[in-house]
Amino acid sequence: MTFVSPMIFVGVALLVGFLTSLNNDTTRKIAILDDTSIYAPLFEDSERTEYIILENNNLQVAIDASKTADYYGLIHISENKNQLGEVTLYSDDSPSLGFINEIEDKISKKATEDRLVARGINLETIKESKITTDLKLQSYTGVQTSKANGWIKMAFGGGAGYLLMMFIIIYGNMVMRSVIEEKTNRIIEIIISSIKPIYLMIGKITGTSLAGITQFIIWVILGGILFTVASTFLGPEAVQSPGNEMAMSQLENMDKMQLIINDIMQLPLLKLVICFFIYFIGGYFLYAAIYTAIGAAVDNETDTQQFMLPVILPLILSIYVGFFSVMDNPHGTVAVIFSYIPLTSPIVMLMRIPFGEIAYWEIGLSMLLLYVSIFGVAWFAAKIYRVGILMYGKKVNWKELYKWLKY
Amino acid sequence: MKNTLEARHIVKRYGDFRALNDVNIAVPKGSVYGLLGPNGAGKTSLIRIINQITMPDGGDILLNGEPLEPKHISQIGYMPEERGLYKSMKVGEQCIYLAMLKGLSKSEAKAKLEYWFDRLGMQGWWNKKLQELSKGMAQKVQFIVTVMHEPDLLIFDEPFSGFDPVNANLIKDEILQLRDQGATIIFSTHRMESVEEMCDHIALINKSNVVLSGKLSEVKQQFRNREYAVSLITQDNARTLQSIPDLYNAEGIELSGLDNTLDFKIRLPEDITIAQSLNDLTSLGELTHFSEIIPSVNDIFIKTVKQDG
Repeated sequence: MTFVSPMIFVGVALLVGFLTSLNNDTTRKIAILDDTSIYAPLFEDSERTEYIILENNNLQVAIDASKTADYYGLIHISENKNQLGEVTLYSDDSPSLGFINEIEDKISKKATEDRLVARGINLETIKESKITTDLKLQSYTGVQTSKANGWIKMAFGGGAGYLLMMFIIIYGNMVMRSVIEEKTNRIIEIIISSIKPIYLMIGKITGTSLAGITQFIIWVILGGILFTVASTFLGPEAVQSPGNEMAMSQLENMDKMQLIINDIMQLPLLKLVICFFIYFIGGYFLYAAIYTAIGAAVDNETDTQQFMLPVILPLILSIYVGFFSVMDNPHGTVAVIFSYIPLTSPIVMLMRIPFGEIAYWEIGLSMLLLYVSIFGVAWFAAKIYRVGILMYGKKVNWKELYKWLKY
Repeated sequence: MKNTLEARHIVKRYGDFRALNDVNIAVPKGSVYGLLGPNGAGKTSLIRIINQITMPDGGDILLNGEPLEPKHISQIGYMPEERGLYKSMKVGEQCIYLAMLKGLSKSEAKAKLEYWFDRLGMQGWWNKKLQELSKGMAQKVQFIVTVMHEPDLLIFDEPFSGFDPVNANLIKDEILQLRDQGATIIFSTHRMESVEEMCDHIALINKSNVVLSGKLSEVKQQFRNREYAVSLITQDNARTLQSIPDLYNAEGIELSGLDNTLDFKIRLPEDITIAQSLNDLTSLGELTHFSEIIPSVNDIFIKTVKQDG
């Protein structure tokens, strides 16, 4: 699974891309009934759309004809004394926003031009006088950024935070299951007659975290390679989800691409990667210690439910704080406080890093708090673990766990 | 005699409950030491303390005269009552891993394992997963895991449960052979016949205290109470029975054998000698059997536990 799962991920993305392109291959036939005869020529056949101009028909006949011919739709442009009346699209499907905009744009542009000409205004003059403004974004120090900068930061920060949460949950559960397995197998008694429970616990957590890091590295490398290969073969639009078509078409401009790449390069990438590993190890150890204690306290996996809430809650909370408070203001009180609390700091701080200049002392303090609290939590977890692994057939609740701390 | 293990004034508390209350035992070198007691008496607690799985709240343990320390784990082999190994791990890998935890090197472990696999007829099991083995087969693996690092002290908790009679015998012989090679064995069981057969020393734990301990023969000496089994051939059984003196406490009277032999048990009061009782008995009929009934471990166990309340 170590190697296969990233391939499955990319494979599914490719499949979706392929299916979407298949879906778009069928040409849409659209009938046009133009009472004015002015606008119909505007509709030129494109790769995916074919226009059929119906002439000398009344509306009802045209609708019936379109329906029988199974056209996607019928555009009716009604006449009102040589002026543009109403434009109606008859279709059983819900047309996309892009398609609607396209029709509206075409007709209103032509109508506007015609009216300007009718009032004696030279269209060339207007064209020549037109000026477009393109707002450039630049920091005080003169670094240029693209308009998509915010999105890029969110993608990187959010991606890192989300990944961290997934890894903590997946590998934390793995540790917990292995503790339960050893306990229900009863091999635990043999093992801890050879080594101290605390070493077994630390070894288990360390081993699993290394497995997690290995998996992560494999994902990144393999996923990176496969994505590059995939995008070269199928072109960027095949890998993109169809919803991004609009955004992509705006970004097709090479300069803008260049700016985006610049944006990515200007992110504190190295800092982000290093922090990811430090926070991953710290956050993972913290949560894994709790997972181990839970595993030791119960006899089987079903009994873990009652203890899962305090594990899942801070993780979910950090994701929410990250996506709402941090995106809104990376230096806001909520964002700052949560990036110091050990249970939430790994995710929240990771999400803060791409957004704003976080002082090194802030990151340092947050890491220090995290790593110090690991010792505290591990100490409690070890106490519960030591008692729990030898305790069978007892329904454990919070009160019972508290008692174990005193054994 | 030198003691392999000494437990002195061991106290273990779980919350308010005292699982062991000032427990003292001394296990002589080369002995098979039976650790007996009803369920919940504290045997497992004591065994766990000897294995350093849990720490005592008071008292100390000496192994070969030295206070017990983590380095001693390689000198102890432990087979818990609740057996367990990794189900989805291969037998060979698993044994090597567990042997290395006990301080063997990988090559040593491999050599030892090959010897034991050969010895117990387990060739070809190396690459099998534990879940593919039957319960008895898994028990054999467990036994090897316990003994392969050649510890001075072996602790078996109910070693024969799960074995068929053939394999139980095989394991019994292996245990006795290990003793002959110099190992000391602590043996916790509820099967009194195997205690009778194998143990030379016992300790009986009841309600967190050692209520009885010592050499098995001495313990038996202590519990012997002048009981004898008698067989008589008489002309008239009914008349004979009436004429046995009351003070002999005859009981358990049965008829058996081809000659209508009368079998019964007597308990002699202190002031009557064996010779005197023999005289009385021969006058009643032909005495074909007269032997002392030595108290069984089972009797001793039940009697002691009952007395203790």
